[in-house]
Amino acid sequence: MNRYPTWVNVLVLVICVAGVILALPNFFGDDPALHVTEADGSPVAAATVEQIESTLRDARIEYLSATIEDNAALVRFPTVESQLRANDVLRDALPNNVIALTLAPRTPPLLAALGLKPMALGLDLRGGVHFLYQVDIGAAIEQLLSSYESDIRTQLREANIRGSVRAERDRVVVTLANASDVDRAADLVRRLDESTQITLTERLLVERTTVDGRPTLIVRPSQQLITERQEFAIQQNTTTIRNRVNALGVSEPVVQRQGLDRILVQLPGIQDPAQAERVLGATATLEFRLVDYENDLFDAAQRQRSPIGSELLRCADSIANSPYCAPGPDGNYYTLLRREVIASGDMLTDATPGYSQGTPAVNVRLNAQGGRRMLTATQQNLNRPMAVLMIEEMPRIVERGGEQVIQTDRQERVINIATIRGVFSTNFEITGLTPFEAQDLALLLRSGALATPIFKIEERTIGPSLGQDNIERGRRAVIVGFLLVVAFMIVVYRSFGVIANIALLANLVLLVALMSLLQAALTLPGIAGIVLTLGMAVDANVLIYERIREELRNGNSPQASIRAGYEKAFSSIADGQITTLIAGLVLLAFGTGPIKGFAVTLCLGIVTSMFTGILVTRVIVNLVYGGRAQLRHLPIGGRVSSATA
Amino acid sequence: MQLLRDNLNIDFMGRLRAALAVSVVLLIVSIGAVVVRGFNWGLEFTGGIVAELEFENDVELENVRSTLTAAGFDQALVQSFGTASQVLVRLPPVETSDEADAIVDDVLSALRAAGNEVRLVEPPEFIGSQVGADLAEQGSLAMLFASIMIFIYVMLRFRWKFALGALVTLVHDVIVTIGVFALFQFTVDLSVLAAVLAVIGYSLNDTVVIYDRIRENFRFMRRGTTAEIVNVSLNQTLSRTIMTSLTTLLVLFALLFLAGDTLFGFSIALIVGVVVGTYSSIFISGGAMLYLNVLPSDLVPPKREEVDSLP
Repeated sequence: MNRYPTWVNVLVLVICVAGVILALPNFFGDDPALHVTEADGSPVAAATVEQIESTLRDARIEYLSATIEDNAALVRFPTVESQLRANDVLRDALPNNVIALTLAPRTPPLLAALGLKPMALGLDLRGGVHFLYQVDIGAAIEQLLSSYESDIRTQLREANIRGSVRAERDRVVVTLANASDVDRAADLVRRLDESTQITLTERLLVERTTVDGRPTLIVRPSQQLITERQEFAIQQNTTTIRNRVNALGVSEPVVQRQGLDRILVQLPGIQDPAQAERVLGATATLEFRLVDYENDLFDAAQRQRSPIGSELLRCADSIANSPYCAPGPDGNYYTLLRREVIASGDMLTDATPGYSQGTPAVNVRLNAQGGRRMLTATQQNLNRPMAVLMIEEMPRIVERGGEQVIQTDRQERVINIATIRGVFSTNFEITGLTPFEAQDLALLLRSGALATPIFKIEERTIGPSLGQDNIERGRRAVIVGFLLVVAFMIVVYRSFGVIANIALLANLVLLVALMSLLQAALTLPGIAGIVLTLGMAVDANVLIYERIREELRNGNSPQASIRAGYEKAFSSIADGQITTLIAGLVLLAFGTGPIKGFAVTLCLGIVTSMFTGILVTRVIVNLVYGGRAQLRHLPIGGRVSSATA
Repeated sequence: MQLLRDNLNIDFMGRLRAALAVSVVLLIVSIGAVVVRGFNWGLEFTGGIVAELEFENDVELENVRSTLTAAGFDQALVQSFGTASQVLVRLPPVETSDEADAIVDDVLSALRAAGNEVRLVEPPEFIGSQVGADLAEQGSLAMLFASIMIFIYVMLRFRWKFALGALVTLVHDVIVTIGVFALFQFTVDLSVLAAVLAVIGYSLNDTVVIYDRIRENFRFMRRGTTAEIVNVSLNQTLSRTIMTSLTTLLVLFALLFLAGDTLFGFSIALIVGVVVGTYSSIFISGGAMLYLNVLPSDLVPPKREEVDSLP
């Protein structure tokens, strides 16, 4: 007798049914679609959808539907050709919107409501642009050293210590005129650090020596400080790029740190890398300005008029609830700033998130010039509000009279308003923030002034039709590969081959289900991994069946042979699959992009095939043959079984 | 259907010398090809610029080449793709994409100056030289790491003689697979690297199944020389070895013919790997057992004595 307890049968059934449900969204396919968003990130209005529909009707372009999903308009098309034509037409008709090509899954509403999604497609299957940026972390350290250089110089001058300061490759060298100043100077340098950072370990290493007979201090940032600064430079660039990518309005963009110092950017549906790069390559500056609290802000915001000497500017969403922001007629929030600039981004030498008296803060450092101006402004405006204005400039190519011209879009946002709580100059803190806001503001301040240079080191464009071709080819390879294996298994193992094939189908379904659940990007090599899994998944059954045949040949009864076959084959199956799994996991750890896709399907495939090859087939074999006490013949193919019959 | 006759008893170990001769030839040819011809590295590894150009009329590749050489692009690689009017130009890598764009512009203007109507099919593709160098390093590291991990696993499960045998087998398979790529100058791209790692996994899978059987037979057949036991084990697992290789080859040929050019190298690497892996799991893995003179004392003692419940 070969029987499993009922709960095993039920469990296997439940897992398979769950797999079918999870895999279901993949069988409905995708519509080529356009994803339309407002350039400034605000929700798309119903009027825009109407405009899209009338434009398409006028141009006689067939479309399936036009709806609003997640603040963006989604227009579905029957063919890629109509999608591409509509793309051209709508780009002209809606110059203020961002339009991206996309694939919209045809998931039925019922499944979508359950949160079920089809597999996520990688860039090679969807089409789009791929950039890889290298962050110049060496430059980040240079910036750090030069800010210390100017700080130390200022401090020495203020303390009336004579000497020279210069930044070298990895250190700042302070040469003093008098040996009697060494202690005081070293103390100043150390305090310079403490004034902005409270940490337990020493962040600045000060070494006293004598160079050419002159007393010298060599100031080196600690390894911890260097690492921190490099991390910060990468994070800051990643944040800046992510913000700009979000402004592009592409659906499902990828902005990801890769390795030590690289940033991967994938923009599905974007077909013009130059356009994307201009947006990503925007430059930003910032200004410290006083808030105009004397004029009527509400009136100015409502009428969109600036009083003389002031300027009406938009508040960033993060500070919209500040008392110095008021709603305008368009629903956005505005504030009034004085026209005079206290300090601008080029005077900023550092901005780091940290803590001040236990509360989150951003420590800001200005150069001497900025410090002087800040001193005057704070002396005169104690307890009054000061704002930080961020100005981003994005060059954009527009069509004007058939000519392509570059037009610069200027976006101004007030990103912080804080009350001046004391008189300060080069060093001050912005408080009253959550830790998250402090981190964000520091990143923004730096991106407005101290952006670490990045270089694009890789660029690739995958056309929309190539992506479609890849999907089609992949699907064909999976189907043909599957059918070949199925036919082969039936020829060799007869009824048992059919059981193995059911398990193989279950394996495919479970693999697709897991991929959909994890939303790991499916790439073309990933599809190759699925196909390969199909070929190797039957290995477990081959091992078991060959063993059963062997047991039958040795004259054992069918029931005993089934049991022995499964039991004895198990260690071989496990050992064999684990070695493949090790190779797969190594690939997963080392691989990036498409190769990762292959590693993911290979590893998942091994896991699912172990389950289906051993457990699912056993459940079926037990249900079909396990209960028959008088079983004398096993339809497992080969001469053995017919001889036994 | 049964692939092989019952109670097969092929004397594999008796043919070991012949098999070893074959392997030595394979290895010499492979290593020779790698040394002499080197690899045709894909863009991901070398870095570089690829521009797909479309001419108004059909063009002679030779003309394009001479125009570009005259314009100073003597390292440009010119290939045809698609139709007779489409040409693919590959240029050595530069540091940043701005330089790359400038170079592509220069190429276009050089061709136009020579009287061609030419345009870019797609925006040019660019990969910096450092990216490729890093990838090659990562790839070699991955292979080394995978081999070590697998060695450790087999060592824990079977002890060192088996682990050594498995390692020799996988190194053999990897060398022959990459040898084929060097010999025929197939492009080695990232997916080929992935395939070679999969070959490592596959080759080990075959070997481990055979070793599993050898271990089992050492326990049951108390008498018999190492050669006899290895032979019996190889014969018992032979139909499984062949069946699995066949199903895997079936899907790989589906990939080769249906999945398009992108996966050509991947499919070839795995097809070669599976064929060589099948052969080597029999002769190299088995042969290693003989040469290392595996004895029952070399086995990990079974955790529990399995009592066979069969009559």
